Amino acid sequence: MSLIAITEVRKSFGSNEVLKGINLDVDPGEVIAIIGKSGSGKSTLLRCVNGLETIDDGSILVAGAQLLPDDLHLKALRLKVGMIFQGFNLFPHLTAGRNVMLSQMVVKKTAKAPAEEMARKMLDRVGLGHKFDAFPDQLSGGQQQRVAIARALAMQPIALLCDEITSALDPELVNEVLAVVRELAAEGMTLMMVTHEMRFARDVCSRVVFMHQGRVHEIGPPGEVFANPKTPELRQFLGAH
Amino acid sequence: MTYQFDFGWMAEYWPVLLSGIRVTLELIAIGGVLGVALGIGCAWARALGPRWLRPVVSTYVELIRNTPFLIQLFFLFFGLPSLGINLSEFTAANLAMVINLGAYSCEIVRAGIQATPAGQYEAGASLAMIRFQVFRHVVLIPALQRIWPALSSQIVIVMLGSAVVSQIAAEDLTFAANFIQSRTFRAFEAYFVSTAIYLAMAILLRQMLRGVGYVLFPKKAVR
Repeated sequence: MSLIAITEVRKSFGSNEVLKGINLDVDPGEVIAIIGKSGSGKSTLLRCVNGLETIDDGSILVAGAQLLPDDLHLKALRLKVGMIFQGFNLFPHLTAGRNVMLSQMVVKKTAKAPAEEMARKMLDRVGLGHKFDAFPDQLSGGQQQRVAIARALAMQPIALLCDEITSALDPELVNEVLAVVRELAAEGMTLMMVTHEMRFARDVCSRVVFMHQGRVHEIGPPGEVFANPKTPELRQFLGAH
Repeated sequence: MTYQFDFGWMAEYWPVLLSGIRVTLELIAIGGVLGVALGIGCAWARALGPRWLRPVVSTYVELIRNTPFLIQLFFLFFGLPSLGINLSEFTAANLAMVINLGAYSCEIVRAGIQATPAGQYEAGASLAMIRFQVFRHVVLIPALQRIWPALSSQIVIVMLGSAVVSQIAAEDLTFAANFIQSRTFRAFEAYFVSTAIYLAMAILLRQMLRGVGYVLFPKKAVR
């Protein structure tokens, strides 16, 4: 059974329909890259999966938790999928360690000591154990993004959504973040990532989704999609990259 | 100038002054804490609260911000007894200050809340926090930090404005000054001394609020 089941999802902003009936099933352990031009709906799709956007039609199921627009269902869903953002979105008033501890203590009611232990473990995992007491503005972009990954991981999600997580980084910082993601993939974490890093998508992903005008235009293993694009739109998109 | 300054009355009347200072300090301590708390609550309601609550809070805020403090005070102290609600001078004075500071600080805190980047809400939500938890743990502290200087000023303004409560015979520092000058006819000296005391209290209060800021916001995290 698929871990994430997206069925006939439609979403409009006003009169502009950005998702026109999306179907996508993601198996446990799969790494999905979503590519496409800006405005093709890829970020919106990702944001729908953990309820940051509501959907107008269709359904989204993550490991049995359904996307419904009430607090209880949203919470159940979000406990299963973590999300990493383009702009990191660390909490500026908390240290890196506190950033990772907060939701454990607030949402899961974990006591301080075990939450701190988990935070140290997760920061170690992204190579930032020594930055536990640093505030976000004392960290580089790459480090901030790795803290954001640790923060999401500390909630022990079964899938992670990555929304252009390297797009706001200086080129030399991209690799330290991708290395962490690569490791997560190797450990079997289910990942859905919107990305412009074609090489990374080719190397790491199990399937690539090409979105065009609100639809899944092409989908397949990276070998096929990149080497053998079937549609002129994908060919043009890949040509431009 | 032929006027002879005479501070000799101080020896006899300093207990009156002291008791006035105590009342003014109590007014600002209670009024400041409760007023800011009310302001934060109202700011939450106006910026993020349930839709039905927003017009209620807006009405309160606009009502208070567009009427004189003295009238609000008179209304509580002289008006309410007609409805059978009798408040002591001190309670009425305190309540008026809380209500007044609550309305002004609501607008100040709301500005801080509304300057929160959308990403902060999204990050909190994606970590499975519910809306109120996001407000309490993610939004509030940086919001207060943004507006802390403005809020501090407002608290000092309300402290100074508390002089007005002497008009309902709440026995604050201004009441003491009036009392002393009416007994001694040393108006210049009485108001000179009370002015100096207000000045000192305002400076101390500002310093204290700065200190609170340092404790509350250990890091200059926002900008």
